[in-house]
Amino acid sequence: MHVCTTARTRIWERSPARSDVDYVGKPVPLSNMSDSNSMDPRPDYDDAIARWFLIATAVWGAVGMLVGVIIALQLAWWPANTGLSWLSFGRLRPLHTNAVIFAFAGNAIFTGVYYSTQRLCRRRMYSDTMSKIHFYGWQLIIVLAAITLPLGLTQGKEYAELIWPIDVLIAVVWLVFGANFFGTVIKRKTNHLYVALWFYMATIITITVLHVFNNLAIPSSLTQSYPIYSGLTDALVQWWYGHNAVAFFLTTPFLGLMYYFLPKAAERPVFSYRLSIIHFWSLIFLYIWAGPHHLLYSALPDWAQSVGMAFSLMLIAPSWGGMLNGLLTLRGAWDRVRTDPILKMFVVGITFYGMSTFEGPMMSIRAVNSLSHFTDWTIAHVHSGALGWVGMTTFAMMYYLVPRLWDRPLFSQKAAETHFWMATIGLLLYVVALWTAGITQGLMWRGVNPDGSLAYDFMATVVRLIPFYWIRVLGGALYLGGTLVMIWNFVKTATSTAPPLSAGSEEALA
Amino acid sequence: MSENQESFHSRVIERRAGLMAVLTTICILIGGIVEIIPMYTVGAAHIVETPPYTPLQVAGRDIYVREGCYNCHSQMVRPMRSDVLRYGGQWSRAAEYQHDRPFQLGSRRLGPDLARVGGRWSNSWHYRHMEDPRAMTPDSIMPAYAWLLRRKIRPNAVKASLRALRTAGEPYDDGTINNSAMLLEAEGQMIVDDLAGSGITTTWDTEVVALIAYLQRLGTDIGAITAAEEREAANE
Ligand code: HEM
Ligand code: HEM
Repeated sequence: MHVCTTARTRIWERSPARSDVDYVGKPVPLSNMSDSNSMDPRPDYDDAIARWFLIATAVWGAVGMLVGVIIALQLAWWPANTGLSWLSFGRLRPLHTNAVIFAFAGNAIFTGVYYSTQRLCRRRMYSDTMSKIHFYGWQLIIVLAAITLPLGLTQGKEYAELIWPIDVLIAVVWLVFGANFFGTVIKRKTNHLYVALWFYMATIITITVLHVFNNLAIPSSLTQSYPIYSGLTDALVQWWYGHNAVAFFLTTPFLGLMYYFLPKAAERPVFSYRLSIIHFWSLIFLYIWAGPHHLLYSALPDWAQSVGMAFSLMLIAPSWGGMLNGLLTLRGAWDRVRTDPILKMFVVGITFYGMSTFEGPMMSIRAVNSLSHFTDWTIAHVHSGALGWVGMTTFAMMYYLVPRLWDRPLFSQKAAETHFWMATIGLLLYVVALWTAGITQGLMWRGVNPDGSLAYDFMATVVRLIPFYWIRVLGGALYLGGTLVMIWNFVKTATSTAPPLSAGSEEALA
Repeated sequence: MSENQESFHSRVIERRAGLMAVLTTICILIGGIVEIIPMYTVGAAHIVETPPYTPLQVAGRDIYVREGCYNCHSQMVRPMRSDVLRYGGQWSRAAEYQHDRPFQLGSRRLGPDLARVGGRWSNSWHYRHMEDPRAMTPDSIMPAYAWLLRRKIRPNAVKASLRALRTAGEPYDDGTINNSAMLLEAEGQMIVDDLAGSGITTTWDTEVVALIAYLQRLGTDIGAITAAEEREAANE
């Protein structure tokens, strides 16, 4: 790998100062992205906080994916459960989901929000102390999760496994984050709130509501509690939460990041301002209703299941609105997509967003869900959203940010290119293998003989899936490998002795 | 939307963070309120009141949750021919879940559904299966849970759980809570005696015994529920 010393045309080699200059274009009013009339010098942004969150994203990302590969191996080869209680699949799987969602995706969101909110509001974060409490508080939560989940301390609700004292801590830290964000927005030095900020706002508000109501429980000890809801009511509240954790933790914040970082990276204005308004409001309104699609064919009342299915179908429209607004922002920049790993990652990410938001509504149709539910098809869907949309968008954002935050050109473009291909191939292996596995399993479960008896014993389906699980191990390992290449590249960049990017571009600061 | 003539959104909403936050909050509350409130109030009424979990079943259920069994096993038989055929002839009713805190419907079937597992296997089958799943099902991919054969339940913790469950709304009377240690032992001893018949020696407070008590309860309320359904149908 070589140190890049080519002409400064690549986007990640541009000066951090210059990257704050407004991009020009009609569809979104200039004033929305930052205050172009302002003659102020570049405000004193707190970039240290973004650096810290970025490091946390990369480290926890690798850890969460490693746990993913381990549990993938456990399904392909049971002895990998090791016989130790804290390494068994049932305890590690929640560790994987919590690590990738709350540690990897969470820290990625915070990195982008802290970096972009300051620039969109043209001021430093409202309070440095709050930023620090948020950073250390969140990492503490993650460490506590990594200790308690393997010990079997859990609430037993998917994505809300963490025990009640940690839930309280999450609520406090989240409110500090919210106060810091809203403080910055209210004291902003710009007139307009740019579309990215709407999505951040919706994220902060909705996650607060979901987290509080889903976790209401009566403690019996410091580590154990019982929900105030029982049975199907508990299930409904949980999937109202669970589905909207996907919506407001893995979708809306990443759309916000897309709206900020994609135009910056592509040096293109967002395709349509009007579309962004329509799809924002319809998306946040419709999403909340869709939870019952996780409970189709359960004993939940039919009306609730039908409402969930109907709203899920409607969700295609605003979801694809977001996808189109992203992809069409690249119009006129497609030649650069071929050479620029950042844009490539964005394109794959947004494309997988489109795919999983088409697939999701299809899986919400009762007839389709009767085949897909409980099978690996769900897992394929999850990871086309997670590895494709969340992962790729995060990587793209990090490649954009590292040279700016550390003020050095990216150490190796070739390594970034390698990462792109490892991640893309890993993702495809994972998703295609599990789609096949899911449909195979679904069809075998319902297979009947001419005499009306079941064609396959349950164990026959389990054995049939093992080869697909091995393919997933391979795909997951490739994806993880790509992440490690990225981390190596970032460490090399941060510690390189190359001249700072900002040297020689003083004029941009004037 | 032309350049000069700004929309209402751009002129008003986008300039007022407070207004935008309020509108957003309203937008995201509507769906949840419409769907959840009716469930919480009306949906809480069940066709028949089933008995709550016994103290030993509560202890066993806590182990089921702790080990994350729900990550592989569902507890929901869908009203579809293949599900009903495979899992005991009846689909799952709402009333069967009335004491489940937290619910354990699950979203995966890496292993078979367990909603109707109660009574399907003997106590000794479960004991051996938890120790080594491959001993009972040669190709199983389930982890072995040998530690459940060593670890002990703590009667005081179970008592605290029963209290918390009562606060949450479970119908436990004072007698059950005060005598929970005795009830645990009595129920556990029955399973221990049964296991002894298959040559297995263990004690009433071993975790696996509690887990077996819970597993054997699963799905056993369906008879009372279908009977109530038939009564109701006859009354109409
Ligand atoms: C190296 C990459 C990864 C590997 C090998 C991997 C592997 C796995 C495995 C084996 C499972 C359990 C599947 C099952 O129950 O059958 C799982 C579940 C899950 N993973 Fe990953 N994973 C990876 C990355 C990610 C990332 C980056 C995210 C999110 C941003 C993610 C989110 C999830 C979620 C939400 C589930 C639970 C799905 C459900 O309950 O339906 N994973 N993963
Ligand atoms: C319009 C958008 C979407 C709709 C309507 C939708 C719908 C669905 C449906 C029907 C299921 C299967 C439920 C079941 O049978 O158990 C599901 C599962 C899931 N989806 Fe989506 N999906 C959408 C987008 C996404 C995206 C973009 C992501 C990830 C970033 C995602 C992550 C998940 C996860 C994590 C699960 C597994 C939940 C679990 O069972 O644990 N979804 N989704």
